[in-house]
Amino acid sequence: MTSAFSWLYSDVVKDHFTNPRNVFSPDEDFKADAEGMTGNVKCGDQMLFMLKVEDDVIKDVRWKTYGCASAIASTSMLSDVIKGMTIRDAYNIKPEDIATRLGGLPDNKIHCSVLGDKALRAAIDNYLEKTGRAGAFRNEGAKIVCTCLNISDRDIEEAVKQGARDWEGLQERTKIGTVCGGCRKEAEELLHDYVHIFGD
Amino acid sequence: MDKRTVYMDYNATTPLRAEVKEAMKADLDVYANASSMHELGRLARARVEEARADVASIIGAGSDDVIFTSGGSESNNTVFATMFHRGRRGGRTGVVTTKIEHPCVLNAARWLEDEGFPVRFLDVDNTGRVDMDQLARALGPDTLLVSVMAANNEIGTIQDMEAIGALAKKAGAYFHTDATQAVGKIPVDVDRWQADYLTLSCHKLYGPKGVGGLFIRKGAPIEPLIRGGHQEHGHRAGTYNNPGILGFGLAARLAKSELDDYEAKTRALRNRLRDGLLSAIPKIRINGHPDFVLPNTLNVSFPGAEGEAILLYMDLAGIEVSTGSACASGSLDPSHVLLATGLGPELAHGSIRFSLGRDSTEDDVDYVLGHLPGIIARLRAMSTVDA
Ligand SMILES: Cc1ncc(COP(=O)(O)O)c(C=O)c1O
Ligand code: FES
Repeated sequence: MTSAFSWLYSDVVKDHFTNPRNVFSPDEDFKADAEGMTGNVKCGDQMLFMLKVEDDVIKDVRWKTYGCASAIASTSMLSDVIKGMTIRDAYNIKPEDIATRLGGLPDNKIHCSVLGDKALRAAIDNYLEKTGRAGAFRNEGAKIVCTCLNISDRDIEEAVKQGARDWEGLQERTKIGTVCGGCRKEAEELLHDYVHIFGD
Repeated sequence: MDKRTVYMDYNATTPLRAEVKEAMKADLDVYANASSMHELGRLARARVEEARADVASIIGAGSDDVIFTSGGSESNNTVFATMFHRGRRGGRTGVVTTKIEHPCVLNAARWLEDEGFPVRFLDVDNTGRVDMDQLARALGPDTLLVSVMAANNEIGTIQDMEAIGALAKKAGAYFHTDATQAVGKIPVDVDRWQADYLTLSCHKLYGPKGVGGLFIRKGAPIEPLIRGGHQEHGHRAGTYNNPGILGFGLAARLAKSELDDYEAKTRALRNRLRDGLLSAIPKIRINGHPDFVLPNTLNVSFPGAEGEAILLYMDLAGIEVSTGSACASGSLDPSHVLLATGLGPELAHGSIRFSLGRDSTEDDVDYVLGHLPGIIARLRAMSTVDA
């Protein structure tokens, strides 16, 4: 993992931070077929995703954020990657794939970087709803466990796959439960399940 | 505009002054242990004592009443540790401090709280000033210590130190102030403030890092945090850090002699920056007190733009500042200081601290004024939150 600040100077991150792609401009006339919003300004970040979809393929995308540098850089990258993808494939993109394309993100930035990914899924859910298929990808989709930090059961699963075995290990990887702490019980149950499935 | 580096983070730390650096370099060869009795040792010791007089002088104290430490954090912790021992021996145990202290005071106070001491964290008003009625009500026959910072590192608000000291003394409590941000920026006087303890740190006044001081009024209790040899009258063990202490002394002497110039210069530049930002960027908010504020400090909220993103866009333009949002440091909580002044989390997340210094110039200010409006406009255009 890169250290707290050196990541900004990876050329890829810097490029996406200084020239974010597909940012919504108030002057343009972007007619979105679906929108999804996630995050909470109280916690310091919020993200809006807007999609144009044709035959279940993402034709164009715009986003807006009140967020930090890694939220901006990773959402910019994500917005580039999903153009031309089917909504199903886009729904299943992993935040780690985006982080990898950016050359890695420091631990304390993972939370910020998944914001775009969650907003994207919210937008796709919105599209499915509008086209009479509400919840169609739900089984594939993630369930938010930690509402403060937008951390899902999938994220917990992934953390366990990467070696988290206890609450501390899970927190180290995801920062789950570090705001209100209200998610701890549910998260520990999931953690227990996943350790049972994936543990050594 | 050509890219340049503009340092506006002097409250975080200051560069080492050239004169201080030269003096320290020369002192590196005075290698003797300042506790040794031989000639070289006596020479080293004489230099330590000379520095002590200079450091004492900038706070209006006598040289006998100042000890050297490793910095502001240690000095503050020494006072709280002393109160711990004092309280354990019976008598008063109450501690009164504020919600806007530096973490080294806040966490030391929380430690005392965990140890069973009744600790009161006072509110501040929307300018960051202590609520004096609340302070008066919080004081009582059990109050052991009142600890209130002289000037805040994030918003620069200066407290009414004379009034707070008078209230503390009237209640029979010890009065400590963390003057780390005040020394070298505004006049500091331990007698006028009636301080029993006062904390200083050298690296905020163009001296080296890792050196600090603690004023201890004669008769006030003191318990060493570091036990060992008899240095500092047994109040703080460890072989004297000669070059650091010498650098501290010179930095303090220079800061004292230049105080008026410093105040006038930084105030003019800070006001130029403040007025320039107010006229170039709509809907911003200046945090802290309009008058009782350090001359070099400007804390601004930019609604609709997130602090860390602002900070890093500025960083890419060569401008070095701090943010009130701690996202960058791994916590998602906005600044406890800004929240204590009643700022909502959203405004607190979008705040920047500019702190100027003796090397700042009008060109620096104009460079910031040239870059920041564009950065804020850009972030606001892409924001989900209205300005
Ligand atoms: C108000 C205040 N108190 C204490 C400290 C800590 O001082 P030092 O870095 O010397 O330990 C600082 C500096 O960060 C400060 O701003
Ligand atoms: S719900 Fe997880 S930290 Fe609040």
